[in-house]
Amino acid sequence: METLEQIKARLEIALPITRLDILPNECPAGERSLVVNAADGFAVAKFLRDDAQLKLDYCSNVTGIDWPQATIKTKIKRKVSVEGVEKEIEETIETLRSGHLEVVYHLYSMELKHGPVVLRLRTGNRTDHTRLPSLTPLWRGAEFQEREIFDLYGVIFDGHPDLRRILMWDGFAGYPMRRDYVAPDDFEYEPTPHDKVLEQAKKHYPAEVKAEAKTEVKP
Amino acid sequence: MIDEGLKSELQKQGVYVTTLEGLYNWGRANSVWPLTFGLACCAIEMMAASMARFDLARFGAEVFRPSPRQADLMIVAGTVTKKMAPLVVRLYNQMPEPKYVIAMGACAISGGPFKQGYNVLKGIDRYLPVDVSIPGCPPRPEALIHAIMLLQEKIMAQKLTGPDRPRHLNAALPSEFPVPAYGEDDLEPPKNPELWQPPAIKR
Repeated sequence: METLEQIKARLEIALPITRLDILPNECPAGERSLVVNAADGFAVAKFLRDDAQLKLDYCSNVTGIDWPQATIKTKIKRKVSVEGVEKEIEETIETLRSGHLEVVYHLYSMELKHGPVVLRLRTGNRTDHTRLPSLTPLWRGAEFQEREIFDLYGVIFDGHPDLRRILMWDGFAGYPMRRDYVAPDDFEYEPTPHDKVLEQAKKHYPAEVKAEAKTEVKP
Repeated sequence: MIDEGLKSELQKQGVYVTTLEGLYNWGRANSVWPLTFGLACCAIEMMAASMARFDLARFGAEVFRPSPRQADLMIVAGTVTKKMAPLVVRLYNQMPEPKYVIAMGACAISGGPFKQGYNVLKGIDRYLPVDVSIPGCPPRPEALIHAIMLLQEKIMAQKLTGPDRPRHLNAALPSEFPVPAYGEDDLEPPKNPELWQPPAIKR
């Protein structure tokens, strides 16, 4: 199969794309991926499916990821010459990552027996710009997985034939797989609580137990 | 009550003497028909228990009925998710009296390994009166057979009359329980307070 750079170069010739990045991956597998804007998502996916050299006719799986807003600290080493002597100093750079939701498609070709090409689509933010194009019209197998991502992350897929909740019931309000989801507080009976469950269970302790816990001296 | 020694002597002569209560309970205890109803991996053990190797038929409980109208026993075999819980309660309500519930496995008792999940009911005893609980994850078929034997003992000890007679002979006691509704983030209500209150734990 072509490298990701070659695919990127051909995509840029074939389609008027505003943004097309190759996302590096530092883990041992080193599986890099293509990141495109939501507006171009459908056209890029259609190209990947129909192109004669790629023929990515099989969408293996669709994954949702929640990226909350965070400051990311990266340490870099750089050499500085202080009074003629070269020294290596370590600097920490803080960058603000805006929160967004991400959907990842793993694409393979059954006909040409190659893959995967990983395609990532990102929403504008986590609150009101959560629309992405649905790729179900291209790969029918994405239907239930996109519904699941809609159900658990709240990504709205434009062009999906049947966008309903699939695991939770209709009328459920939250998106349980988001990092800031607060689960219903039913920790009234926890015989052996610890860590986070202990904190939750303590809210249900009777008043006298609460008072004792406050006076308890930590060793 | 008839003297046990006399009863034994009479049996040797081919005369069988018993009480109506004993006969009635003996009949019921040996034909407990469960509902064909599995929720998760515990159901696999339940199926194994009904097959030839473990042979639940020895206890008269091999006839798994596909309809709640014909079943006596609900084996809650597996994780009860909050989406499934109203349907479990509704199935129970559709069963005719006398009816019993076995909570099979850690999930049906307390939510088990999924207890802290947002989508798992922390024990079916929050909505249904459980007669026998079997610990295990999943319990072996022998454990299910043990539970059925315990249930048989419980049935055999039931009185036909008196204030402590079972629910199906006492019109004042309920035989149906409210079906919870789907709320915005949890079931409404999250438990049936008449059936279940959090036990007091000594800390």
